[in-house]
Parts: sequence; C-alpha cells; structure tokens
Amino acid sequence: MKHARETVIGWLQAAPLTLVLLGFLVAPIVTIFIVSFWQATEFSIIPAFSFENYEFLFGSPVTYKVFMATFRYAFLTWAFTLAIGFTVAYYLAFHIRSQTMQIALFLLCTIPFWTSNIIRMISWIPFLGRNGIANQTLMSWGVIDQPLEWLLYSDFSVILAFVHLYTLFMVVPIFNTMMRIDRNLLEAARDNGASGFQTLIHVIVPLTKPGIMIGTIFVLTLVMGDFITVRFMSGSQRANVGRLISNDISLLQYPSAAATAVVLLCTVLIVIGILLRFVNIRKEL
Amino acid sequence: MAKTGFTRRSLLKTGAAAAVASALPAPMIWAQEIKNITLRQFGTGVSNLNDVATRVKEDLGFTLEMTALDSDAVTQRAATQPDSFDIADIEYWICKKVWPTGNLQAMDTSKIANYDKIVGIFRSGKLTPESTIAQGTAPHSVGFVEGPGGTSFAKEETGWMTLIPTIYNADTLGIRPDLIGRPISSWTELLNPEFKGKASILDISSIGIMDMAMVCEAMGEITYGDKGNMTREEIDKTMAIFTEAKKNGQFRAFWKTFDESVNLMASGEVVIQSMWSPAITAVKSRGIPCVYQPLKEGYRSWGGGLGLSKSLTGMELDAAYEYINWYLSGWVGGYLMRQGYYSAVPETSKNFMSENEWGYWFEGKAATDVITSPTGDVLAQAGETRDGGSFYDRMGAVACWNAVMDENQYMVRKWNEFIAS
Repeated sequence: MKHARETVIGWLQAAPLTLVLLGFLVAPIVTIFIVSFWQATEFSIIPAFSFENYEFLFGSPVTYKVFMATFRYAFLTWAFTLAIGFTVAYYLAFHIRSQTMQIALFLLCTIPFWTSNIIRMISWIPFLGRNGIANQTLMSWGVIDQPLEWLLYSDFSVILAFVHLYTLFMVVPIFNTMMRIDRNLLEAARDNGASGFQTLIHVIVPLTKPGIMIGTIFVLTLVMGDFITVRFMSGSQRANVGRLISNDISLLQYPSAAATAVVLLCTVLIVIGILLRFVNIRKEL
Repeated sequence: MAKTGFTRRSLLKTGAAAAVASALPAPMIWAQEIKNITLRQFGTGVSNLNDVATRVKEDLGFTLEMTALDSDAVTQRAATQPDSFDIADIEYWICKKVWPTGNLQAMDTSKIANYDKIVGIFRSGKLTPESTIAQGTAPHSVGFVEGPGGTSFAKEETGWMTLIPTIYNADTLGIRPDLIGRPISSWTELLNPEFKGKASILDISSIGIMDMAMVCEAMGEITYGDKGNMTREEIDKTMAIFTEAKKNGQFRAFWKTFDESVNLMASGEVVIQSMWSPAITAVKSRGIPCVYQPLKEGYRSWGGGLGLSKSLTGMELDAAYEYINWYLSGWVGGYLMRQGYYSAVPETSKNFMSENEWGYWFEGKAATDVITSPTGDVLAQAGETRDGGSFYDRMGAVACWNAVMDENQYMVRKWNEFIAS
C-alpha cells in the first residue's frame, strides 16, 4: 500500500515536467516531421503524404554544398572558441588566486552579453567596412594601400562574428569544470616532476573534457542552427542550412522548410551522439 | 480559429444591441459607434504610416491600427491568417498569390466616390490611351473579379475591384554619382566589371529576378517572352549569368531590408544597386549624393492597394469603405507624393500640395523653392529637378511590373542555389 502511494507521488512529481516537454518539445517536433511530408503551393498547404520534399533535398547539389558550408562554419567556430575559451578559463581558474577577483573577472566576461546578439553582430559592420575603422587604421599606419575587401561580407566576417558571439558558451562550462579539479592533483603532478606543460596535457585537459564537451555542444548547435549571423555578416552572399530554411519559410514553403529542418535536426543529433561517445558528461550535470 | 459558439451573455448583448438599433434612428448610432470601431491594417512599411492613422482618427473618428511587415511576411499573413486583419495593404503581385485563398472580398466600385478619377494603369491598364501595357503582373490584370464572390480575375473593369490602388512607383538602379564619376544609362552597368565588388541587388527573389531580367535583356543575352512570367529555360539562363558574376566577385552584398540598402549605399560599400525611391531619399538626407538613375531600357514598376478582409461586415465594412474613400480624397495622396511615390488619384492630391511641390514631384519641373519631405527633411534645393522627370515620363517608361510567375516555386529554388553558390 505504502509502496503504491509512493509510486503515484513519484509519477505526479514527474508529471509537470513531462507535460511541458510533451507539449512544447515533442509535439512541435512531431508536427514538423509530419508537415515535412506535405506539399505546398504559394497560398495553400496540401496535407498529402509525399517524399517529394526529401527527394528534392537529397537530389539537389545545393543541399550538400550548403551542409558542407554549415559544417565548415561549425568546425572553424568550434576550433577558435575552444582555443580562446580554454585559455580564458585556464587563466581565470589557475592564475587568478583570489576568489573575489575570479568572480569579478568572470562577470567582466559576461558584460558584452547583456546586449542583444544582433547588436553585437551588426556593430562589426561599420568596423570592418571598406571605409570602416579597421581599414582606415591599417591605411593610416601604412600597412596597406588599398582597403581590404575581405574583412566584411566574407567567410572571415561570418566566423569572426560567430567566435565573438559564442566564445562565452565555451568559457563558462570549461571554467566550471576547471574549478572542480582537485588542486592536490596539480601538486602531485608537480611533485612527480611534471613540467607545467605536462601537467596541462596529462592532468588538466583530461579532467576538463566534460566541460569542453558541454561547450562544444553549445557552440555546434548554436552555429548549425543559426541563419541571421550568416545573412548579416556575409551580406547574404553565403548560405548555411538555417538560411535555406528561413528562405523557404519566407516564401511560404513550409513543408520544404520542415523537411530541411528534420534533416538538420537528425544531423545535429548524430554529431552530438558521436561526441557523447567520447566523453561522459553525466558526472558534470 | 474564431469562436463560433454563443454564450448566453453574448446572445443577450447582441439582442439588446439589435433592439436599440431598431428603436433609434441609424445616423445617431453610426456617429456614436464609429468611435468604437477599430480597423486593423497591415502592410509594408511604405504606406503604413502613423501619420495616416492619426489623421484618420481626426477626420473619420475611428481607430486605425497599423502593422508594418516586409513583403514576404505580408504575403504570409494575408494568405494564412485572415482573422488577424481587416484591411490588407498589399502589392498587386501579392494579390495574385493571396486572392485564390479567398481571404479577401471584392469591393463595389459604385461605392468609391473617386473611382472614375483613378489613373488608367489600374483600370484599363493604359496610362494614356496610346500606352502599351508593360510585362509582368500589371495591376489591372489582377484588379478586377467578375462579382462579389469571384475567385478568378476578370480581363476588364467589372465594377468589382480586388484592391483599391493607393500607391505606386517606378523603380530603377540607385547610383553614387560621386564615386562613379561618369554617366550611367543602362541596366547593363550593374554587371560592368568596372564596379566589381561594388554592386548589389536585393535578396527578395520575386523582385530580384526582375532586376536580373532587366540586366540580361539590356545586355542582349536573353530575349524574354514575358519577364514577369519566365519559362524554366529563361530562369536558368538568367541565373547562370548572375551566378557567374557572383563567383567573379561582382557583388559586395545582397540586401533584404530597406535599411540595409541605405547603409550599403551611404557607407560607399556599394556604388550601384537595386534600390527603392525612399532609400535614395534617406541617403540624400545624410548629405551624400545619390541618384535614382533613369535608364534607357525603362523602369521596373510596382503598385499597392488596399484589400478588405472577407470577415468584414456591417458597420466595420461601412467604415472600411469610408476609409478608402477618404484615402483617395487627397490628403494621403499628397503625403505620399511628397515622399516621391504616386497617388492613384493625382488630381485630388494636388489640393494638398503646394504648386512648387506639385511641379517638382508630378510635373518634373525645376523646384522653385526648397523641397522637403513630410517629416521636414530637405530633399532638393530650388532649381533641381526630379530624377527621371515627370509622372508621364516615368510611369510611361515602365518595362515591367513586379510579378509572381507560374514557375515561382522553381524560381525560388534556383534563387536559393544562386545565394548558396
């Protein structure tokens, strides 16, 4: 009797979250999945089962090209955010001794994130433009004679904006993991004659892996799902999967957009699935 | 979804209202109740002006709520959310897409006081009796239906209008004369290697493809049957030419919003691009020279109008007609014409413009005094003339109307390829 009651209470306690997830996560995804098999004209959606959207998607060379571009953006952004994020977190965790200072500097890192994503992104445009501050400064220093065209509306500017926008998502989990590393381990490494670099490679990096993995998941999902950064920073000259979807939506091609979204979702899930094979992040959560 | 069930309370309410309505003389009800009416209008930014809403409240007494969206979002809403608006301020090519959904109702032209004065473009399709009709979705071709419930467009005036025309203009390329330093006279200049990395077109497929077609035709590369309704082969050829130019680095960027086009031009990132008339004005008002360059091949033109939601009935419908009649009576027309657009009934707008303004904007005469926008920005000094000249010079040189093609879906996919290439 008592046992049954506990079971009921357990179910009840889990119910609110389950309902929220069912209503706001599972149901929309199922809807998207269903719609992806429908057909559409400019002004109506036809609920008929058809593989046409997927056939077009997998039959078009553009799809592969755009997915490759998306992977490239994701990889490059990941590499840079990891390098910068790890360095910053390392500095905060191991070089700053006082906790007050650590917290203060950590908050300092977050200050730019109090403004909107879009604003931080767009503010690069006047800076990098043909007659922008960067080019004018370089020209006044005599480094270049002609303005550098590739600073803006190029892959460079897209990745720069991504790195700027998402580095914090790398810093936070890595910093968090580093702070949990038992300092005795570092001392032990030193006592056993490890150099600073050896300690880093053999002690800190392995212990920081879960944090790196969480940061990686953040950055990858953010970059792969993005469309607005690519649109603004490339001056609409480049495309990633998000832009394909947003173009379809703006032209009322919902089923086609849904099909692309399903493929993107599966891709991202596979990537994350592979990543989780390498590192167990459970103990971090 | 609209709720259709009756509650006891709502039944009592309507019952009481009906009793009052039948007991009292109608005009009094009208005068009192019109103040409670709110009409919800949405449309593109060009004509969704708060000044208009304010003026409606003053002149007509009821409230007009405005929502401004971009043209894709406008199409989307008109097609998918009929209950979210009373009046749709849309372009004619959007009308072609949206009308078949049955979300709009035809308007009885006998209730439109100034109907006979509406410019010929929107009625017979001809600006003057001698004019030829341009390619694309010409407004008159989607302007009429056979009757109140008609779903297919009529070929001539029938007395039932889909949209009441409000605003239109002729578009061309904008240039920075100071950075180009030589005369520009043809659409081909957009792909001239001289402007490599300094050109732009707009990333709205339905309009961008038209600008592309104007260029390809001017280059003599393609002769189109109808630029507004291309065949797949024509679309492929057009895209091939532009894809090659893109790969060669001809374009600095593509723009999607008005502000982007202004910034590209004002910052000097781009010296020649597709542009809209008020964007030129915005660049000029920053003190930067910018010309809306008339080109020998003609203009790409567009027109918009007000459509009524299917769900408008009774007093709201009367208010909507009242609003439309007011719209055509001159004040709005004058306001829009002082921004560089044209009004559907120019002669009523004339009463709301000074002689100098009318001469500059409509007749193409040199300004006799400073020309200012409705918001007070100086747009031209005495002695200057409008780019492209008079109304008849500009609207008479239209080569193509904004359009939606039969092969729209194919074109959209090709456009996506072009952006991704």
